[in-house]
Amino acid sequence: MAITFALIGNQNSGKTTLFNQLTGSNQHVGNFPGVTVEKKQGSIRKQKQAHVVDLPGIYSLSPYTAEEVVTRDFVLNEKPDGIINIVDATNIERNLYLTLQLTELQIPMVLALNMMDEVIASGNYIDIKKLSDGLGIPVVPISASKNDGIDELINRAILTVKNDVKPSKTDFCTSGGELHKAIHSIAHIIEDHAHKVDIPTRFAATKLVEGDEPMNRKLELHKNETELISIIVSDMEKSLGTYRDAALADMRYDFIEKLCQGCVEKKHTQTKAQIRSIKIDAVLTHKFFAIPIFLCIMLFVFWITFGVVGSALSDLFSMGIDYVTALVDTLLTNIQISDWLHSLIIDGVFSGVGSVLSFLPTIIILFFMLSILEDSGYMARVAFVMDKLLRKIGLSGRSFVPMLIGFGCSVPAIMATRTLSSERDRRLTILLVPFMSCSAKLPIYAVFTAAFFPDHGALVMICLYVLGIIMGILSALLLKNTLFKGKPIPFVMELPAYRFPSAKNVCLHMWEKAKDFIVKAFTIIFFATIVIWLLQSFDLRFETVSDSSQSILAMIGKLLCPIFKPLGFGSWESVTALITGLTAKEAVVSTFAVLTGAGDSSSLVPILAQMFTPLQAVSFLVFTLLYMPCVAAMAAVKRELGSYKMAIAAMAYQTAFAWLIAFLVYSFGLLFV
Amino acid sequence: MTLSELKIGKSGIITDVGGDGALRRRLLDMGLTPKTKVMVRKVAPLGDPIELYLRGYELTIRKDDANNIQIEEAE
Repeated sequence: MAITFALIGNQNSGKTTLFNQLTGSNQHVGNFPGVTVEKKQGSIRKQKQAHVVDLPGIYSLSPYTAEEVVTRDFVLNEKPDGIINIVDATNIERNLYLTLQLTELQIPMVLALNMMDEVIASGNYIDIKKLSDGLGIPVVPISASKNDGIDELINRAILTVKNDVKPSKTDFCTSGGELHKAIHSIAHIIEDHAHKVDIPTRFAATKLVEGDEPMNRKLELHKNETELISIIVSDMEKSLGTYRDAALADMRYDFIEKLCQGCVEKKHTQTKAQIRSIKIDAVLTHKFFAIPIFLCIMLFVFWITFGVVGSALSDLFSMGIDYVTALVDTLLTNIQISDWLHSLIIDGVFSGVGSVLSFLPTIIILFFMLSILEDSGYMARVAFVMDKLLRKIGLSGRSFVPMLIGFGCSVPAIMATRTLSSERDRRLTILLVPFMSCSAKLPIYAVFTAAFFPDHGALVMICLYVLGIIMGILSALLLKNTLFKGKPIPFVMELPAYRFPSAKNVCLHMWEKAKDFIVKAFTIIFFATIVIWLLQSFDLRFETVSDSSQSILAMIGKLLCPIFKPLGFGSWESVTALITGLTAKEAVVSTFAVLTGAGDSSSLVPILAQMFTPLQAVSFLVFTLLYMPCVAAMAAVKRELGSYKMAIAAMAYQTAFAWLIAFLVYSFGLLFV
Repeated sequence: MTLSELKIGKSGIITDVGGDGALRRRLLDMGLTPKTKVMVRKVAPLGDPIELYLRGYELTIRKDDANNIQIEEAE
């Protein structure tokens, strides 16, 4: 018999670590239908018939955030055979709040009490037996990071499901008979409805006391029943002198406080890790040092990723790709296949996918660094420090890091929006990331500044970067007041204690992102490069062209010229370069080199100086800075937004915005020239 | 007084949690229920948000939201 477990717990409770320990590498990642909330599942090690689904980290079963809704729907609709509830023992009070809500679901459940080693090392103690009796569920102390107690947890979990042991306690009313009375009267009224839609009665009743709308609809109550319930609730509110939701939260925390008094022995109010965290934070979130330190850390990350290690690995990797390409090239020549097929494989597939794949080392290293920052607890501090800046553009501090990564490469930046808890924030951030000028655009800036502003190269580049940021801010303000009018998710965030990141988590995370990127490289990007190759190599009669100015791509370029006339650079070469720039932005330079017959970028400089006036060059640079990102980034946008429609809309928006700004710059500039 | 008026390092006991639906629920879920003792640990470098210490853990919320939480100052 196959058993499915749901792994549920608070954020920062060590849930991912436990999941990795339970499954090893037998896991696969997908999305929950309809939302971009990650769904990880895998089979439990040495227990092939048992599966575990890692549900998003949540604090409560309220229907407010996408994560909470996903967890709730999964548990109510998919009906897992058992729940493994992971609880951070060093922060037991708040963690048990979710546990109490989970027991109401009446699904066989085991509590995994994580970080027990830390509790004991601090001289504190938790009486497992008393805790288990008080909650009415089995409790297994574990240390997920040290792999302690995992086997016992697995055995207990399977046993609990096999014997169908449901939580024996659901009633946590300790005082104030009013709430107790209300829950029971409502339970009585809705019992039949709850049975009909197969929802645990007690869970439905407490949710109705809380005023939970989705539950109200789901139960299909009659009008008179709904009225009766609202009378019961308002009577309760009156006699308790508090609101319905506060009454329940109060009841749960009251119960937990009493329970913990009986079974948690706290010699020290804080564990060693927590005390250490406060000391670290005295520096890292210091009034004056916090921002400089953060900038230094990010500079270091960039230096490693795009500077020393990253570029060396990238070069090595491209050398490998070049070697394989050359090998295949000679092989194809030897077996004498037709020229067009040869060109398709070498010039289309190998050079296209190869150029994208050479990003891979950068992405791996960047995610290595980022997952260390995330797992150690530092990212939460970044959000804390930067929140005020980003709030002005309708986002929260959490969006800061993805945007910063955007200066390196949009692809990992967009992939990094996964850590944002709100769908709205995530979408808005994804739209803004491409405004941060990525490193692939640097060669374009370099060639153009060399051609037109040899004495002020650095200044022009800085201006472009700043322009990108300003346009991002303007865009955010525009979107915030139109398409993204919705309220931002309240910024109520835990600052977890600093912990040493586990190597296993970091490696698995890195592998996941790398796999994600490779899959993309061989699907969307593969397809896109073939299309570009076709357009570049054939004319309209579908005959191969020797002169690239005769190709379909050049024809499209000529066709589109009029659109770019108002921007000042209506030559077909520049339009064609912009189109090939969609495969990767560096391709703009190489296309110019090919189309003008320059050969390489240094001999391109004087040719460009002939092609453009300085003002036209500025207009071209502004357009390049802002127009839609490369296919790799587009693929990432599509994946994270979850729909082609939205991704295409995003691209259209960015290109239209780029056109408008370049037009304004050019027209304004004409007044002075 | 409200939680946003509490000085750094001082503690208070929550008397009432206001604000609109989702936010209020979130605050309650995170343990900011009436009768809970809260300490203001620090203010972010740019002056907002604030870091709180309650129920044995650290929580950060914005000043605007802290304004909806009524407290009595405690020792």
